[in-house]
Amino acid sequence: MGWFQQLISRRRRYDDLAVSIQEHIAERAEELMEEGMPRRQAEQMARREFGNVALIEHRSREVWQWPAVESLIADLKLVFRRLGKSPGFAGTVLLTLAIGIGANTAVFSVVNGVLLKPLPYPESERIVALWLNAPGGGLSNFSKGLQLSSSMYFTFGDHNRSFQSIGVWTTGTANVTGLAQPEEVQCNLVSDGVLQTLGVPAVAGRWFSTADQDPHGAKAVMLSYGYWQRHFGGDRTVIGRSLQVDSETREIVGVMPRRFRVVDRDFDLLIPLALDRANQKLSGFGFNGIARLKPGVSLAQSSADVAHLIPVWMDSWSNGPGTNPHYYETWKILPAFRLLKEQVIGNVGGVLWVVMATVGLVMLIGCTNIVNLLLVRAESRQQELSIRAALGAGRLRIVRELLIESTTLSLIGGAIAVGVAYAGLRLLVHMGPADLPRLSEVSLDARSLGFTLLLSVFSGLLFGSIPAFKYARSTVSAALSGTNRTVSASRSRNRSRNVLVVAQVAMALVLLVSAVLMIRTFAALRNVDPGFSDAAHIQTMRIWIPDLLVSDPVTVTQMQNNIADHLARIPGVASVGFVGAVPMAGFDQNWDEIRVEGKNYEGGEPPMQLFNYVSPGYFSTMGTRLVAGRDFTWTDLYGLRPAVMVSENFARDSWGSPSAAVGKRVRQFSNMPWQEVIGVVQDVRQHGVDEKAPAIIYWPAMLNDPYTSHPTIAAPRYVTFAIRSDRAGSQTFLNQMQQAVWGVNGSLPLASVETMQQIYGQSMARTSFTLVMLAIAGSMALVLGIIGIYGVISYAVSQRTREIGIRLALGAHRTELRWMFVRSALALTGVGLAIGIATAATLMQGMKSLLFGISPLDPLTYIAVPLVLTAAAALASYLPARRAAAVDPVEALRAE
Amino acid sequence: MPVLDGLSNTIARIGILSYDFPMAKNPEHRDLFPGALEIMILQSLRLKPMHGYALVKHIKQVSDNLLQVEEGSLYPALQRMLKEGWLESEAGTSAKGRPTRIYKLTEAGIRHLDQEVISFEKMFAGITRVLAVTTA
Repeated sequence: MGWFQQLISRRRRYDDLAVSIQEHIAERAEELMEEGMPRRQAEQMARREFGNVALIEHRSREVWQWPAVESLIADLKLVFRRLGKSPGFAGTVLLTLAIGIGANTAVFSVVNGVLLKPLPYPESERIVALWLNAPGGGLSNFSKGLQLSSSMYFTFGDHNRSFQSIGVWTTGTANVTGLAQPEEVQCNLVSDGVLQTLGVPAVAGRWFSTADQDPHGAKAVMLSYGYWQRHFGGDRTVIGRSLQVDSETREIVGVMPRRFRVVDRDFDLLIPLALDRANQKLSGFGFNGIARLKPGVSLAQSSADVAHLIPVWMDSWSNGPGTNPHYYETWKILPAFRLLKEQVIGNVGGVLWVVMATVGLVMLIGCTNIVNLLLVRAESRQQELSIRAALGAGRLRIVRELLIESTTLSLIGGAIAVGVAYAGLRLLVHMGPADLPRLSEVSLDARSLGFTLLLSVFSGLLFGSIPAFKYARSTVSAALSGTNRTVSASRSRNRSRNVLVVAQVAMALVLLVSAVLMIRTFAALRNVDPGFSDAAHIQTMRIWIPDLLVSDPVTVTQMQNNIADHLARIPGVASVGFVGAVPMAGFDQNWDEIRVEGKNYEGGEPPMQLFNYVSPGYFSTMGTRLVAGRDFTWTDLYGLRPAVMVSENFARDSWGSPSAAVGKRVRQFSNMPWQEVIGVVQDVRQHGVDEKAPAIIYWPAMLNDPYTSHPTIAAPRYVTFAIRSDRAGSQTFLNQMQQAVWGVNGSLPLASVETMQQIYGQSMARTSFTLVMLAIAGSMALVLGIIGIYGVISYAVSQRTREIGIRLALGAHRTELRWMFVRSALALTGVGLAIGIATAATLMQGMKSLLFGISPLDPLTYIAVPLVLTAAAALASYLPARRAAAVDPVEALRAE
Repeated sequence: MPVLDGLSNTIARIGILSYDFPMAKNPEHRDLFPGALEIMILQSLRLKPMHGYALVKHIKQVSDNLLQVEEGSLYPALQRMLKEGWLESEAGTSAKGRPTRIYKLTEAGIRHLDQEVISFEKMFAGITRVLAVTTA
């Protein structure tokens, strides 16, 4: 019969049983009475014949019970009752556990969401990011590798045998007009094959078709889910309507689902790349390639396949008449394909695992404290447990009960931890580096909860087993005697606690050392001269002047000049300039080769350098020092004077000193006129303060296009304005900036409005994030360590009260006594420090990639931190030691 | 004592535990094979539904005092058989007219009994044959 039926009919069964048995005995008694026995005797006899009524009834009842479960439930009830009696203990343990498990779960959720979970595309492990390596091209100085050019896309797409689908994409911005306000939006430009590779179906409408990629055909656009909701309220009839993008009318053909991103870029609009096959060149390596492997094809095979296509590519296209397509052979281009997931995650793994280890260590330290508490508690129960053991309770039974207590505590702690984890996760996401990939995919999901459960059970068993096995084993005599008049607390008792304190100190040292190293790294980073000054007072904003709005490049520059003038007129503005890419912007404007006059590049080509395009006044606005020569003027620009400026390191490399550089000449390609170096500026940390400053060639913001065969003028249409003002960042100032721009042209939206301080902060975000985490962990470890030492010494004092009383009575000085306890604490700390230093020295090697300007074995840190810990230990032990010295010998000796 | 009489030296005890009743302790008592108690009870109840004490008396009587059920095993056995669904219990009155619980066989119980009897008879036949062989 079903167990549920059994459960509800139990009452009736027990009743039936009781009645049956009673009646049985009564009948027997009557029979005996009929045979002549007196009533009393008959009843006794009948009872005795039956046997042990209670036992038989109990065993009969057992048939209806599940003894294991029932005993477990009974144990649990007991545990709750006992915990209720000591709320202080329960509270401390629960709090420690909730914070420890909660913090670990929060960090695990981040690690899971970023590193462990597969990308949100079907069969994402078959998607490959198509990066190339060009070791002969001199790119490795400042770049992560070579991207694809559009001609490569055509060649690889036509001839490959490894990919099911292949496409290229790039990011950009677009101005959307015709809706409430002109808005600059983020867009991804995708070729045919990108959406097929990613494989996520549209939530409304359809993907781009091959027809949509026709450069001369009708223009299409797809919306992101967020954009769809924000501007169209999720209205499905939006399919087929048109949108004004960059002054072009595009038809909305589809909407992508919520949270869909192309690899790691959020977007508002998807626009077809619409590459024109007839108009392709070899160069233009600015596209991200992405492809889906055919079933059964491996990454290595696809690499080999595409490697064969590089010569084919060189044969199929050219850079224009008079150029040598096989020039690229010197670059030695080879595929450096990676799985998409690796590409997205990049090198953030290091940081995350460090943070995870940190939080794990703090939890261990917390657990150590809990073990100490449990040991004390078990010790106070020792008499009870010994008696039970003497009465026949099996060792396993006692261990089981102690384990149930600790596991219950940890499970309750784990339940509370879920709440802590939720709050902690929101904090982490808010505080974390904004460029942490896949941050939007981080959440408290089933795996995180499973982790919480696992961690709770594991920690419960871990810290429960230590006291459990210790006390289940204790022999009766030792336990029942305890401390008495003749014997003080024995050595062996304190050994486990001492070991735990040593472990705590060691772990705390490791955490503190790593925290201090990170602090010094951060300080070192902040001390690096980024190449601009007073970042908080430099306001930046980006302006994009599309082709269709202004077609003539000279007018573009004039418009930019105009905007700069309007901005300069805002009250409080000291100076204005604009540039292709500000430092730490996350993208590079251009790179190409540059030849120095008089230098002989034996046989090969000159290495490539970073280019940037600047307006007059930009350097003074940014506070970038002019080391030699002079800045550009507007006359230089409009007169198309062949002038450039260079960075200090390039000047030194090429001509020995900055002053020697002024007046020298350089040019890009051999068929171009020479450009004169008119000025040298200080090095700028264009890619972040933790990387070497790259050599940069600064071109004027309007110049002769080097890439066309007949003379044309070129001007960068997408520039960042830099404004120096004390009012940078204030809302009124921003409004005035907007008015200034719209005074020139009303359909130009402002984008990426931030101060240089914000940009600078974001570039350091990863370091500062790690630092904050480690600092928090380090301080928690210190506090927990102090509590641990305090607890141990305090307990030792209370155990040795008698002994202290005797010593005092025999004439010991109080200072001697205090010193006795402090000394024991310091001895423990010393051992812990030794172990900790050795461990830290090994572990910090693993953190090398996160450190800057400081060695993982920095002596100052390794001296300072142990000193701090020793001081803390001394303090923590002094307080209970003082209590010891304050013992009244009479009281101590009298009490029992 | 009137409970035990002359054939005590061949009394087989049906049950596992022998309780501490000095007169009942008899070194020649032996336990029957497991399942024996269940068959006895089932067969007895097949004849006629009974309550606990009547069952004990019935078995003792019918076996001519060769078999004696220990109460210590009777009631747990009854509960086990109730749980397995071979018996059901209902309220009734005892021989003395007082309320008690009467145990009755169910369909499943009858089926189980038949199976067990067959298996018992096979075993018995086997033992008989082995014991019948007097020459090598």
